[in-house]
Amino acid sequence: MAGDRAASIDPDALSWYEATARQRVTALVDPGSFREFLGPTERRMSPHLPLFDLPRAFDDGIVIGRADIAGTPVLLAAQEGRFMGGAFGEVHGGKLVGLLRAALDLKPRAVLILFDTGGVRLQEANAGETAIAEAMRAIVDVRAAGIPVVGLIGGRAGCYGGGGLIAGTCSRLAVSEGGRISVSGPEVIETNKGAEEFDSRDRALVWRTMGGKHRRLTGGADAFCADTVAAFRQAAVALIDRAPAFDLAGLEAEQARLAARIARFGDCRDATEVWARLGVNDPATVPGMDTAAFEAIVARVGEADHDAR
Amino acid sequence: MTLAEILLGLFPDGHAVAVRDGLVTGSGPFGDGRIHVVGVDGDAPLGIEGALTLSRAVLDAVRAGDVAPILVAVDSDSQRMSRRDELLGLNEYLAHLAKALLLADRSGHPTIGLIYGHSAAGAFIATALATRVLAALPGANPSVMDLPSVARVTKLPLEKLQDMATSTPVFAPGLDNMVATGAVHVVLDPGKPLPGQIGALIAGMQPGDVRDRLGEERGGRPVARAVAAAVADQARLG
Amino acid sequence: MESLTFRHTTKTPLPGTQPSAVTGVVASGNLEVLLERVLPPDACEVAIDTPIAGYGDVWAAVVADFVARAQPGGIRISINDGGARPDTVSLRLLQGARLMEA
Repeated sequence: MAGDRAASIDPDALSWYEATARQRVTALVDPGSFREFLGPTERRMSPHLPLFDLPRAFDDGIVIGRADIAGTPVLLAAQEGRFMGGAFGEVHGGKLVGLLRAALDLKPRAVLILFDTGGVRLQEANAGETAIAEAMRAIVDVRAAGIPVVGLIGGRAGCYGGGGLIAGTCSRLAVSEGGRISVSGPEVIETNKGAEEFDSRDRALVWRTMGGKHRRLTGGADAFCADTVAAFRQAAVALIDRAPAFDLAGLEAEQARLAARIARFGDCRDATEVWARLGVNDPATVPGMDTAAFEAIVARVGEADHDAR
Repeated sequence: MTLAEILLGLFPDGHAVAVRDGLVTGSGPFGDGRIHVVGVDGDAPLGIEGALTLSRAVLDAVRAGDVAPILVAVDSDSQRMSRRDELLGLNEYLAHLAKALLLADRSGHPTIGLIYGHSAAGAFIATALATRVLAALPGANPSVMDLPSVARVTKLPLEKLQDMATSTPVFAPGLDNMVATGAVHVVLDPGKPLPGQIGALIAGMQPGDVRDRLGEERGGRPVARAVAAAVADQARLG
Repeated sequence: MESLTFRHTTKTPLPGTQPSAVTGVVASGNLEVLLERVLPPDACEVAIDTPIAGYGDVWAAVVADFVARAQPGGIRISINDGGARPDTVSLRLLQGARLMEA
């Protein structure tokens, strides 16, 4: 299947945030190595969206298949954040769950999940919610079989709702500045608790509370990428090689890590207070930092790197 | 049924299950051994501290190595919606709790969810939906989002959604729809003794994740299983 | 939702050997175009699903213009529309044809 301008994709020039799911996949993996499962010609579309008078997508907003990355075989799934906010519907979720289950048979070097999702697709809410639970169970099975599951987060829909829980189940995560990770989105918090709790129109607040830099500094993500496909590729290859095991020791370490985070930062109101306590000299400058300057800060923060997942 | 009634029914000879700030932890005698109980009571929202309290209890059970069953009893709100919870990484805390339950399952502990009240969204995924078998009591009300909120997001009239909900289980809140989707395996009979019904669920546990097959059989999730199976087929053929 | 289908005869088949291609995303103001080389070499069919009813004449004109320019013989085109403007539709159709010629 020829994808979006497949021949002309330059991974160094392509913005992860702006790219479509197909462009990300094509540019992320070794050229020509991607083989799609349940591609658009099979028309596995949502049986439910027509009831809501909503248009469907031939791939239901997720591209899945196999490919090589730096010469090693992987399975991968890429959500399309522009279709229905990348949300989990029945077919969309079934494709991800099927891919994860297939990993147990195929034993690839890793499974990559290119998150770009607002969470559950409300028009198919029960199917989406259940698929998220199935995906988390499948990820645990895949990790326990010794296969790393690496999440890449930097799309325009972010990684919200159940997507945030799936991300928290992965072996490793790479994020870019635009890669927000959270359970309740800003609008959801504001709608339920009021603008004084969370002003969703304050974009700077959104980025520093849920964005990639905050998650990286506090150990919620394991690599920080510039907003290019090439940067995500480099991060993915590196993270595959240092993925932690899934076992009791790892979860005990995560329990201690998360308890320590509450003890140390539980009274912080804003991310800048968290960063100051992490030893960042001038926290107000963090959002404006380029990747190199930010990496230098990360290297001095003890919380950022760990195997407690 | 209330949690107190459930605990009385499960443990007529007494138990060591405590409820504090809406969080349920402890254990009681069950069959020849014990059963651990963790959960959320009183429609409480699940935030970072609560998730960590429950995951601590689950990991303690795994570390004890007794492979005793773990009952996850749930009457919760959704995840706690706050700036502070998200600032501190709520997704990691909820995922950690789910991983602890999935690890317990892999380590030989039968895990049984029991939803007897409400539950929604992230709290539901991190607790009841992370068990191997999820049972419900009549009157339970699991949901992803209530219909008025769905109406707001989808910009469809509430009356139309209420009408659609009667024929389309895939989006509408409520126990019957979650049963049809396969997320809830079985609805228990409150008129019969609970220990026997829980014991039968443990005895009848199947390997793998059967929820998409149940959803197909019950018609609430008509295509998910076939889609996942088709992916596996194509992956094998290469 | 409205479904529209247009059938045209072309003077030539679309060059190239690419069996299928997809371009665009179903989003507000955008559309997804799937092209498959499955028809006789002088036939082209365009099937459209759109949430915005009542624009059949506009679609007919845009499709006829595309067929005249690209001569997409042998190609079945399927469109999931998210409410795209006619110029966006033309752009995506031509993009799709170029992918098939690659």
